[in-house]
Amino acid sequence: MTAIEKKIDAGQPLDREEALFLLSDVDLLALGKLADAVRRRMHPQGCVSFVVDRNVNYTNVCTTKCKFCAFYRDEMHPDAYVLSYTQIFGKVQELVDHGGTQLLMQGGLHPDLKIDWFEDLFRQLRHRFPSVQIHSLSPAEIVHIAKLSGLSMADCLARLHAAGLQSLPGGGAEILVDEIRQEISPSKIGWRDWAGVMREAHSLGMSTTATMMFGVREKAEDIVEHLFRIRELQAEQGGFTAFIPWSYQPGNTELGGEQASGVEYLKVLALARLVLDNIQNLQASWVTQGARMAQIALYFGANDLGGTMLEENVVAAAGVDFRLSQEEIVDLVRAAGFKPCRRTTGYQVLEAY
Amino acid sequence: MINLIQNIRAKIETGARISDDEALDLFACDDLLAVGELAALANHQLNGDKVYFNVNRHINYTNICVNRCTFCAFSRENEEDEGGYTLALNEILERAAEAQDAGATEIHMVGGLHPDLPFDFYLEIMAAIKADSPGLHIKAFTAVEIDYFATLTEQSPQQVIEELKAAGLDSMPGGGAEIFAPEVRQKICPEKISGERWLEVTEQVHRAGLKTNATMLFGHVESYADRVDHLSKLRQLQDRTGGFQAFIPLAFQPDNTRVPGGKGVGGVDALKTLAISRLYLDNFRHIKAYWVMLGMKVSQVALAFGVNDIDGTVVEEQIGHDAGADSPQQLSKEQLVGLIHKADKQPVERDTLYNEIKTY
Repeated sequence: MTAIEKKIDAGQPLDREEALFLLSDVDLLALGKLADAVRRRMHPQGCVSFVVDRNVNYTNVCTTKCKFCAFYRDEMHPDAYVLSYTQIFGKVQELVDHGGTQLLMQGGLHPDLKIDWFEDLFRQLRHRFPSVQIHSLSPAEIVHIAKLSGLSMADCLARLHAAGLQSLPGGGAEILVDEIRQEISPSKIGWRDWAGVMREAHSLGMSTTATMMFGVREKAEDIVEHLFRIRELQAEQGGFTAFIPWSYQPGNTELGGEQASGVEYLKVLALARLVLDNIQNLQASWVTQGARMAQIALYFGANDLGGTMLEENVVAAAGVDFRLSQEEIVDLVRAAGFKPCRRTTGYQVLEAY
Repeated sequence: MINLIQNIRAKIETGARISDDEALDLFACDDLLAVGELAALANHQLNGDKVYFNVNRHINYTNICVNRCTFCAFSRENEEDEGGYTLALNEILERAAEAQDAGATEIHMVGGLHPDLPFDFYLEIMAAIKADSPGLHIKAFTAVEIDYFATLTEQSPQQVIEELKAAGLDSMPGGGAEIFAPEVRQKICPEKISGERWLEVTEQVHRAGLKTNATMLFGHVESYADRVDHLSKLRQLQDRTGGFQAFIPLAFQPDNTRVPGGKGVGGVDALKTLAISRLYLDNFRHIKAYWVMLGMKVSQVALAFGVNDIDGTVVEEQIGHDAGADSPQQLSKEQLVGLIHKADKQPVERDTLYNEIKTY
């Protein structure tokens, strides 16, 4: 432990073995103190940021049928939907009316929506709402759209980028270890494809985030491997702006089971802060953990609360429906002793409170 | 701040008491994890890695109440009000029998101050539960109810306590304490007995040989100084009687209540308050995180911040849930054991008086 503390103090990167030791054998407060010190070093002004955004899930039709997902429907299911452009524009207009700057559009892997549907949509969105950053489509969607449209992943991404897609969210990473992916999402892209899309996006100059969904069936070693794969990918081009771990929500899913406990969440979060010394921002997930835990997370390495999420459907489908207004987020940050800051998708501060 | 933390560490190590001023400084200290570490150390000296829980069932026999506390979303003025209810004796007995069959060792029973129910009804409940489910420890009524029964029957609290005890009352929970400071009570529970009276009645309960817990409802309109004053009065009473078992800080839930500006308690404040309670109340053996109001995640995390008790299985809870608590209605014994294990602690099932039943 002393050796690890010294390395962290000196700003040297940890190795896998050290990370596994921290996750498995170190108590919560000791781990938290290490992560808190690193967070203070990386964010000495004490800012805790958030972005005003909206999740728009353009379809819930998905051919992947991940066992941990409560959101997807078969195409013939009575609840199946695809939003029209008009519906999407209406939602984005509401976002703009609320001072929002980020559109997080994600959906299922729909069997019929090809690249022209997205290109046309993004062009119109950019034209109508130039102040909103299109931060949309996770790697699984990019790969799917490419395949469906007979394009290479790189060409597909370049065309979407040219049409107005500015940055990618880091969803669909789940656990970046293929044995786990085989168990929980056998039809989804493997970890190499996920990394491939992110690499391509970074080389196009698009920033992205990275996520991890833990508490499924992974071992501590898998969590560590995930973090190091992200760390190594970041070392190539530095395109990740933030890392966002969150825990699997078992309600209404095929996989079922229990969700990770509060202690497990904080440990994973703190470890992420320590391993990912080359990613500037770490988000607390109030959507899955609730407001109280998100506030506590600010002492376990997190410096960002993600989006205000005017709308959220995927986690809500799993039976968890935490809601926070922008005012509540500001209050929560302040009450924890930090400075609330509204930011852009690219982490530029727009307003300090 | 570094000095504060060092001084308090030295005090814990030598078994010295922390002062009211130091408690206030801890509330003002923004190093949550440093405060938590101190509380964890103090708790470890008292309880090692053990974390207690019990298998219990709550029975809220009525929500009809003559008081109109502004923080309460549970109470109704009378049976005709929407949602107003009073359980009949047989309904109470059914719940108790179910609990006993499910392996419970305790009934936790509190309710409103009902305008019409006679004192004999409560004596009858005690005696009937004891006859029907003799294995159950009855932990019931708060100092507020004892005072109310005394007024109803024109007796002293001592006489009321003796009669309840003779009928089967085994111990009392610690509700109704809220915040002792009169200016705060004036805003949140103007009709309720004073803090002074709560302490007086509780002292008499202890003198009668019954153990109780103590609570503090925090996060509404009170100041940190009010919290420290509350803790101070409890520590003084405990010095005199030794009758308190656990201290339970209750996080105010604002939904459906009428406290002006009441916003509820953040996670950081909840953990800090639990930790400071552990540090200040050196004569209380147990600090409890009540998961119904804190949520399971924060309660589990609290085990690293000086808490050594995570309450029980509960089964059916009205009061916190009426105020918007989003915790489940009940936890199984396995869930409690799992939460404690995942916090790297030793789960111990206890009875109400903290006799150890089983270690997991």
